[in-house]
Amino acid sequence: MSDHDPARPGTTPDDEPTRRPGELGVRELGRWTWRQLTSMRTALVLLLLLALAAVPGSVVPQEDIDALKASQWRESHPTLAPIYEKLGLFNVYETPWFAAIYLLLMVSLVGCIIPRTGVYWRALRARPPRAPRNLTRLADHTTYETDQAPDVVLARAVEVLRGRRYRVEVSTGSTDGGAGSTDGDRWVSAERGYLREAGNLLFHLSILVVLVGFAMGSLFGYKGGTIVVVGKGFSNNVTLYDDFVPGSLFRQEWMEPFAFDVTDFDIEWLTDGPAAGQARKFVSHLTYTEEPGGPEREYDLRVNHPLTIGDTDVFLIGHGYAPVITVRDGNGDVAWTGPTIFLPTDGTFRSFGVVKASDARPEQIGLQGELYPTFGFQAGEDGIGPYSAFGDALDPLVSLTVWKGDLGMDDPGSQSVYVLDTSKAEQVTKEDGSMFRLDLRPGDQVELPDGLGTVEFERLERWNRIQISQTPGKLVALTGVSLALLGLIGSLYVRPRRVWVRARRTGSGDDARTVVEIAGLDRSGGGDVPAELAEVQAGIMETPASKEQDA
Amino acid sequence: MTDTQWENLSNQAIFVAGVVYFLALLAHLVEWAALRKIPSYETPTTGRTAMFGRLGVLLTVIATGVHFVALLGRGMAADPNRVPWGNMYEFTISGAFFVSLLYLVLHRRFQLSWMAPLVVGFVLAASMTAVIWLYDPVAPLTEALYSPWLVIHVVSAIIATGAFTLGGITSALFLLKARSERRAAERVEERVAVPAGGVATGEPLGRPAATQEAGGSGPRTGYLARVPDTATLDRISYRMHAFGFPVWTFAVLITGPIWAHEAWSSYWSWDPKEVWAFITWVVYAAYLHARTTAGWRGRNAAILALVGVATLWFNFIGINFFSTTSQHSYAQGVEDGGAVQAAVVAVGPAVAGQPASGSSS
Repeated sequence: MSDHDPARPGTTPDDEPTRRPGELGVRELGRWTWRQLTSMRTALVLLLLLALAAVPGSVVPQEDIDALKASQWRESHPTLAPIYEKLGLFNVYETPWFAAIYLLLMVSLVGCIIPRTGVYWRALRARPPRAPRNLTRLADHTTYETDQAPDVVLARAVEVLRGRRYRVEVSTGSTDGGAGSTDGDRWVSAERGYLREAGNLLFHLSILVVLVGFAMGSLFGYKGGTIVVVGKGFSNNVTLYDDFVPGSLFRQEWMEPFAFDVTDFDIEWLTDGPAAGQARKFVSHLTYTEEPGGPEREYDLRVNHPLTIGDTDVFLIGHGYAPVITVRDGNGDVAWTGPTIFLPTDGTFRSFGVVKASDARPEQIGLQGELYPTFGFQAGEDGIGPYSAFGDALDPLVSLTVWKGDLGMDDPGSQSVYVLDTSKAEQVTKEDGSMFRLDLRPGDQVELPDGLGTVEFERLERWNRIQISQTPGKLVALTGVSLALLGLIGSLYVRPRRVWVRARRTGSGDDARTVVEIAGLDRSGGGDVPAELAEVQAGIMETPASKEQDA
Repeated sequence: MTDTQWENLSNQAIFVAGVVYFLALLAHLVEWAALRKIPSYETPTTGRTAMFGRLGVLLTVIATGVHFVALLGRGMAADPNRVPWGNMYEFTISGAFFVSLLYLVLHRRFQLSWMAPLVVGFVLAASMTAVIWLYDPVAPLTEALYSPWLVIHVVSAIIATGAFTLGGITSALFLLKARSERRAAERVEERVAVPAGGVATGEPLGRPAATQEAGGSGPRTGYLARVPDTATLDRISYRMHAFGFPVWTFAVLITGPIWAHEAWSSYWSWDPKEVWAFITWVVYAAYLHARTTAGWRGRNAAILALVGVATLWFNFIGINFFSTTSQHSYAQGVEDGGAVQAAVVAVGPAVAGQPASGSSS
């Protein structure tokens, strides 16, 4: 993952060693493999592979992101599903092949930045390199003649270049000019832009930091959801979650012992305009304690405003209705009562739910059906039948079918509370055999046929869906990515350059002139050196003249 | 002015902007048609051809100004007033606006007159696509979008989109120019092989020395002849990408996750929009590396830049039609309730189906 830099030989040799087969020893083979892996070309291929490997996860529904879509997809593609399953396409970002790509990329990155850090460390302490013998052979150079002595020119060059924040090295004199030469080889060498490589290294190191932060979150954290009826509460315990996805190294004792009550829920429904029917300004009023016996605090939980307790964040991500339904059995005993969570199925909050009164005697009673917050009915052949006209509960109605018999509650295996198992139950009909359906408004109570009991829809309550997640390492990741950005800015915008100035005396006596050569080398491949050279030259030429005038 | 008036103003402004962009495009086409026969080292500064060039730029400035009025009108028409980044229509016209604005800002500095017909054509096509297929009436933002991050996240993503788009156009021209230079070199080799005219560099005789450019040995007339040489194109393209990449990093990997964490409880959840933003990021990272790798710089790097811009615009518009699970669901059009409601709707069945597994939030 390093820039191949021809000016710094031995950094990352792109060229594989040319050897005949059979010549590689184990150690050499390892070395060769390491070089291949850490070469820039391999890193590029790995980067492109990573991009390619990420694609299927956006096309095939992912188990972790949308379990329902994933299972629906499986059902509708019976042939492909097993193949996809084997390839891990329902869980792309946790598959070994995806991990292999980014781990190889990280190894390649480490293999690249470690030697480069060494090289950089040496370069930082080194002096700017001596001037090439022939400056005019460089692509960017300029020459002029002056009457000033070489010493004056070079002294001025040092001043100008230092002023432009170059690191400057001056020739020691006549080392190259040959013994006895009075002029010698007189030059100034300057280099700047050391921060570019620092930025580069910082960027690549920060990627490792981000990865560590991300890994911490997915290994030690968890994410869970729970539905809380307004007026009720929740305490942070695994058993109270509706769904819970722990990281692979997560331990329960790390969970923070907070608890909260949802005391009230505000919502505003739009009744006109293009977004009519939508709701906004959801506010869930919480009272919470951070630990048992701790002080009670209040918080208004809103979208975009999570409640943070320690390392854990609490989010409001949904809401819906919970009709309070009471089922009395044939003996007149209450077999079920309480707010029953109905899950919305569309934007009008037409919702579906079930009641399982398994304690009812003589027979178990099951109810399933829909809730229409603002009941509407469209009759006729083209009619859609019952529907909800609006999401707000203006005229709520529950419409339920009734089942009796074995609800399968004693069967092994867990059962969803949102699905009624009707395989062994019998649907209750009217005495003439036609369909029996309960259509209840709040306060209604209806007697069931066959002396099964009664069903009452007392009132409508609301629930909030609360998402809770503990994500350790999120600040590590944020710090990492911010440092990466900082490094990126350094590595993209700092322009490393070398500038050399050489002054030589030509002619003799009164005709003696000083030839000044200035040359520059851009080491980033994006800069305009001629402009820089022109400014350096102007600096060397003009200011001393005006200084002399002042004197 | 009432909200309705603002909305009408916005609709009229985007229409007017479209017409003026079209006129600017025509002016540039006239300019380039007239320049077709003139050798590339002669650049007319007076007369009709030059006038049409200046007219084209002037019209683009006017169109961009009117385009801004259209954006302003969208923001003012909403109740409460907001930044005009609530749905796909608004995102697309904003994206097109920033492409145009960035082009005008950089026009003088990089001498981009050769890019004019392509940029104006692109902006016209993008904004008209938005008007015809993506139009939505002004509506209040969905709940999740009420956040200061809307401004920061979206504006940085759109600016980066503008820079990457200009970089992509430059890279496409780089590939065309490289091909034309290669063909010219082949032709010169054939010619040089017969008479030993001492024209080893392949420069046609009689061309003024002052206009000779390093490596510029392409044809002397036509559009491509006026496009800068490949080295310059490569440098301009790199500058655009070097500007866009950190901004994109900021948008996608810093502000995006921060906002996602606040609104959706998870800073990175492999949402399709996130996945494609990540893919774009990786492709552009590859571009920046390729530019400094032997065997990859030049042509392959330019191809990578084009792949990058393809993933970028696919993510911007295309993914909305391929994926229905995205939380960036403002993109799905009028019938969708919006981010929060969509999330609520999706949560229900997910809980019902698989009580033990992750929710779909």
